[in-house]
Amino acid sequence: MRRSLATPSTLLLPAAAFFAAFFLLPLVRLFLVGGSGRGGFGAYASIVTERGHFLALIATLALSAGTTLLTLLVSGVAGVFLQRNTFAGRGLLVAVLTLPLAFPGVVVGFMVIVLAGRQGVIGDVSAALTGERIVFAYSMAGLLMGYVYFSIPRTILTVMATAEKLDRRLEEAAYSLGARPWQVLRDVVIPGLKPALLSAGAICFATAMGAFGTAFTLATRINVLAMVIYTEFTLQANMAVAAALSFVLGAVTWLVLAAARTAAGGTVAAAG
Amino acid sequence: MFVAQLAFTLSVCAFLIVPVVLSMLAGLTENYLVGLRSGLTLRWLGAVWAGYRDTIFLSIAIALACLGCTLALGVPAAYGLAKCRPRLARVLEELLVMPVAVPGLATALALIITYGGYGRFRTSWTFILVGHVLFTLPFMVRSVLAVLLAIDLNTLEEGAASLGASFWQRFLHVVLPNCRAGVLAGALMVVTLSIGEFNMTWLLHTPLTKTLPVGLADAYASLRLEIASAYTLLFFVIIVPLLLAMQRLSRPRSAARHRKAE
Amino acid sequence: MTRIPDLAKPVAIALTRCGKTFADGTRALEPLDLAIDAGETIVVLGPSGCGKTTTLRIIAGLETPDAGGAVLFDGQDVTPLPIEKRNIGMVFQSYALFPNMNVANNVGYGLKVRRHAKPEIASRVAEMLALMRIETLAERHIDQLSGGQRQRVALARALAVRPRALLLDEPLTALDARLRDALRLEIDQLLRRLGITAIYVTHDQAEAMALGDRIVVMEHGRVAQVGRPRDIYHRPATRFVAEFVGTMNRLKGRVSGGAFVSAGGAIPWPGAPPQAREVAFRPEDARVADGPGHLNGTIAAAFFLGDRTRLFVDVGEERPLIVEASARSAFRHGQAIGLEVDARGLMAL
Repeated sequence: MRRSLATPSTLLLPAAAFFAAFFLLPLVRLFLVGGSGRGGFGAYASIVTERGHFLALIATLALSAGTTLLTLLVSGVAGVFLQRNTFAGRGLLVAVLTLPLAFPGVVVGFMVIVLAGRQGVIGDVSAALTGERIVFAYSMAGLLMGYVYFSIPRTILTVMATAEKLDRRLEEAAYSLGARPWQVLRDVVIPGLKPALLSAGAICFATAMGAFGTAFTLATRINVLAMVIYTEFTLQANMAVAAALSFVLGAVTWLVLAAARTAAGGTVAAAG
Repeated sequence: MFVAQLAFTLSVCAFLIVPVVLSMLAGLTENYLVGLRSGLTLRWLGAVWAGYRDTIFLSIAIALACLGCTLALGVPAAYGLAKCRPRLARVLEELLVMPVAVPGLATALALIITYGGYGRFRTSWTFILVGHVLFTLPFMVRSVLAVLLAIDLNTLEEGAASLGASFWQRFLHVVLPNCRAGVLAGALMVVTLSIGEFNMTWLLHTPLTKTLPVGLADAYASLRLEIASAYTLLFFVIIVPLLLAMQRLSRPRSAARHRKAE
Repeated sequence: MTRIPDLAKPVAIALTRCGKTFADGTRALEPLDLAIDAGETIVVLGPSGCGKTTTLRIIAGLETPDAGGAVLFDGQDVTPLPIEKRNIGMVFQSYALFPNMNVANNVGYGLKVRRHAKPEIASRVAEMLALMRIETLAERHIDQLSGGQRQRVALARALAVRPRALLLDEPLTALDARLRDALRLEIDQLLRRLGITAIYVTHDQAEAMALGDRIVVMEHGRVAQVGRPRDIYHRPATRFVAEFVGTMNRLKGRVSGGAFVSAGGAIPWPGAPPQAREVAFRPEDARVADGPGHLNGTIAAAFFLGDRTRLFVDVGEERPLIVEASARSAFRHGQAIGLEVDARGLMAL
């Protein structure tokens, strides 16, 4: 169509200018500052060379991977079930499952404390049942529980949306050929859900990698990368290291999401 | 099979909702250690309100300002993207989504490194606003863009142009009215995300520019469990209606989509 | 009878050397020339991808022709003018009705944009709705309308602004067959009453023949033939036109002794061009003979269509010949049959 006064470029200009000034430029500076410390651009390798950082990287990777697997499992089962069955109260269940979508990590951390902290409910229950008070809020298990908590709402929507589009006739064809339910699940349903699981899993992984609030509240002995960056910045005033690490973290999460988008096709939503 | 799946789903729901209920209850009990037997009270809520009223107002003000900015920047951007060639539009969307993909910590650090030197900017609430806008803009853009693409914007515009409408007439009479649903959904999303944003805000804030989640983190670290819980309760009271409204909005839209599909 | 609304004087449209290459390199249109008389209904006919919609969009002003091409309205060069300024009415394939307005506001939109006074808009809208016989739909919303109703609203909207010409982009394609037939008649009557210059794009040759004063047959971005429906049908200029418009039977053979001799038999043909190696003829120029005829073969398939029977006859050619016969006779698969062909209908290819 013929271009008139306000072409796409003028329409996009304000947003583009804002973005360039407040995101692109700062990111470039972040990268440069990352290389401005004592180690020069070698600071970018510190994530693997320095023991503390490397341990944090491993811990973060393990935590993110664990979260992703657990969340996909839970969301997969619950999501497909809710999508395919209608019964009284279904809407309510869906609402409940997607409600924590915008809860900040700090609040989730707080709830983990309420559940599993020193005065937590789980501790009460376990004390009543076994005499021993179970407290795991400040360990890896607590972190994991928190991460899974805020990941479920994000992934379940994607799973449900894809489950809706699954062609039931493919399953019917499989049944007509004699396949049993678990075979249909393995050979038709899960492959059909694969794009959703991939993209939801990638969001889950990337969000967990960059999550900060939950770890901050739980103030665990376990250091995730985000906490390392934070302490380097605030307590050590070690700008260069903090900058380098955060740039690496940012690049990794962005790459994971970009890969998932190209694999799944179309844009994929990630909320921090 | 059905019963097993239902039981599983119910337990997942319980996992998600029970802590919320417990946290809210804790904010209303006289003494958490004693439990419900100590009675219900509103005094913790009162204490929170007295101490954090300004913080809450600031959070709401920033959320509304964020909404204004995303409308001003995002609606034209969505319109521009709808008119772009699909491949170019996707590339631009990728770029726009970066602040969401990159951890809030990194974005905040980058902002501090670049603009931290400008004292007045650094200590004003607009510094936080910038971070929020970066983070929420893609949601507004995507929401409006989705609606614009669904209505075959280009053909409608050609139709209006064939009747003699100029660019502005097309924008006012055809484009804007038809993306109302997208703007509304986007607006809710932006406000909700802004109120709940923590990762960036924790680094960007100063003692004079605290937002609700920042106040929460303070409370969790230093105050009685009851006050922290009451503060959390207040947060839920603000954010849950917004989340419910978002859910309500997304449901009739899918019904409308089914109608259009046929 | 509704008063014929006053329209602007119909315009004569000319395209000179208009070609179109798109940004990604596709060559949609080779430079073509076209002259359309004022008040004429031209149908641009062709398969998808032939360039017919591109031609229409160039006339409308939605696409610019490549350098060297020009669009003239009554001799005036309108090529630099965008569509908003050309004062034409356009009906899109998907109708492009505005979902945020009801029917009356849709129809009145062109007038609103030209800043006419409200009462004037209201009376004109009423007039157009009456013309298209959709007065009762005035307050309805677009998604409450059926396909045929949307079509009428789209026409009413396009005509409300008194356009100089009416451009229609496959307006009936989205409708089912019966509705299409009914609406085709209405559109034909409408265009005749209005006397407006109309350019109608379609891939349906039956539509083209019914509606067009002249037909432009296009193929691969070029004009294959321009002419009146009868000329196109009876004297196709190229093989493509012959086969695209109507059905064609083909025979291979040679001319010998005043007849065309093929595998299935010999057709007497005085005045046959001596070098003809292949001929074509329409089903209606052949009929079933009592007993043996010019061509002889066996019935490959017989379809009873209610008012007639369509026969596919195998005479030793690549594809069976198509002939129509009375519905009253019964035909069996494999039955031997003779055909008589009217030589006046033979075309050498």
